[in-house]
Amino acid sequence: MNPAARKLLALPLFWPCATLALLVVLNAIVNPGFLALEWRDGHLYGNLIDILNRAAPLALVAAGMTLVIAARGLDISAGAVVAITAATGALCVSATGSLALAIAAALAAALACGLWNGLLVVAVGMQPIIATLILMVAGRGIAQLITGGQIITIYFPPYDYLGNGFLLGLPFAAVLALAVIVALHALLTATPLGLFIRAIGINPLAARIAGVRARPITLALYTFCGLTAGLAGLIISSNVKSADANNAGTLLELDAILAVTLGGTALTGGRFSLAGTAIGALIIQTLTSTIYSLGVPPEVNLVFKAALIFVVMLLQSAEFRASIRKLAVRPPEAA
Amino acid sequence: MSASALPAFDRRLVPLSATMLLFCAMVVFGALAYDGFLAPQVFLNLAIDNAFLLIAAIGMTFVILTGGIDLSVGSVLALTTMSAAALVEHAQMSPLLVIPLLLVGGAAFGALQGFLIHRYRLQPFIVTLAGMFVARGLCYLIDTESIPVRDPLFVTFAEMRIPLGASSLSFGAAIAIVTVAAALWVAHATRFGRTVYAIGGNARSAALMGLPVGGTLVGVYALSGFCAALAGLTMTVYMLSGYSLHAVGLELDAIAAVVIGGTLLTGGVGYVAGTVVGVLILGIIQTLVIFDGTLSSWWTRIVVGLLLFLFCVAQRLIEGRAK
Repeated sequence: MNPAARKLLALPLFWPCATLALLVVLNAIVNPGFLALEWRDGHLYGNLIDILNRAAPLALVAAGMTLVIAARGLDISAGAVVAITAATGALCVSATGSLALAIAAALAAALACGLWNGLLVVAVGMQPIIATLILMVAGRGIAQLITGGQIITIYFPPYDYLGNGFLLGLPFAAVLALAVIVALHALLTATPLGLFIRAIGINPLAARIAGVRARPITLALYTFCGLTAGLAGLIISSNVKSADANNAGTLLELDAILAVTLGGTALTGGRFSLAGTAIGALIIQTLTSTIYSLGVPPEVNLVFKAALIFVVMLLQSAEFRASIRKLAVRPPEAA
Repeated sequence: MSASALPAFDRRLVPLSATMLLFCAMVVFGALAYDGFLAPQVFLNLAIDNAFLLIAAIGMTFVILTGGIDLSVGSVLALTTMSAAALVEHAQMSPLLVIPLLLVGGAAFGALQGFLIHRYRLQPFIVTLAGMFVARGLCYLIDTESIPVRDPLFVTFAEMRIPLGASSLSFGAAIAIVTVAAALWVAHATRFGRTVYAIGGNARSAALMGLPVGGTLVGVYALSGFCAALAGLTMTVYMLSGYSLHAVGLELDAIAAVVIGGTLLTGGVGYVAGTVVGVLILGIIQTLVIFDGTLSSWWTRIVVGLLLFLFCVAQRLIEGRAK
């Protein structure tokens, strides 16, 4: 292998980008109109734009999840937080007719959820998976309490903008997700925060001894993760013009973890890539669209996702790579 | 010697005693608040309606005792109901062949997950998450609609009642009770059980002591898969149908029951008996909600979440004092 190709393969974003490109090419072959973009009524239309719009909530949740995982945490309550914020937003907009108030109330609820998770991890010292399991179990109950067990339908046109509107010709949700990720990236690179998060992820104790204020940072990360789930909840409820406490954002946390893993963030903490996560979210959404366009029943999607998880997991495992290397090296020895 | 050993012993029993006290308190509350709450059938119904949860939670207990977690049990359970219904009703296979086949299948599914976790040092959480996706996806591949089961053997099992005085127990509940007895024996009287506790205490020390860590880990996940399949068959009998949306989120209830039953999530400490009480507590919350009549079903989830919170905080306090 020549050095240039080797350097390319070693780039952290090479494999996620290659996977996404492969999926897009596959789609373009199966469906020649896949890449077509059209300018209509002042907006861009097309399959790619649709994927961007649908991937936005996942990308938002996954961005929050990336930071939590980077600091050796995990948040499996995101789906429940989506249900709670969707219910809060829908109820508030129906009751008051004020979009600003509904957004404020929904985000406040999301913030409270994130803060709760963070406090359980930081102040009580629970394992992250268990701390967030509590909200995962109780969250849908709370959401049903808010909606009174009904699916709330939203009859308020301005609310639709969040999930169906366009800004500068692009879907508003996608612009919002991109803005959040870019702002986050800027914050993490312009301040030492990114370095601190890596330090906490690599060795929490060493980070604390070195003077990193690990506890407030971890608390802030969980709170931020709640907030991104809240934004996703607003977009999802606006997109379907209703809040369903039972089904809004089901398994979203798992998709988000998958997106984070696909993007090259190590589940063991320390190494993370926000851009990778965004590409991971796009891979998952493109995969879903591919399955639809191939005419495979959409339910099979779960099996494809599982296969993806297995491949990524095994590639990340040092033991697996070692045994593959052994297999690759053995033939010359035998010969 | 005994004086210094006693506090450590006490501390381990604190969560279990708290769970039992809580259960008794709930029963007393129910008896005072609602007429007919103390009828024997109410309690037997706890076992009847929660038989599959109990069986799945038993398998989960062993996994959590090693410090792992199994998120795939709900999906494996659903896949078992689906395969049982499809094989018996569509493929016309004999249930006497289908039942052992599915039990072996569940164990094999779990063993494969255990192998990946042990051999490639993958996180149990993410492996069993993928397993959950696979099993649920396979359900949908078999059929997206519910398949009714009309096979005579399954119907006989469903209608079977084991009389106990004036009340009765279902076949599924009897299976659950036998599973609990077997699990108690495995956990406390076999080499496998002792190795499970040793791995949960400290996997590295267990390996240095020459205990078969790898085999036991694979075995524990195989056991959990087997229990999930057995729970699936119990549910097939209970519901007389196979459906891909059966037991959605059951893994969360099973984990909650194990934690409320006093098993530490870090592994090494806990009892099968605690899990039984944990399941009974989940059941009695539901019974209280039903007896009340004015409370909505979602209160069950909120109360379970609250209990989970209280028990986890209590566990942290106990761990903190132990250090």
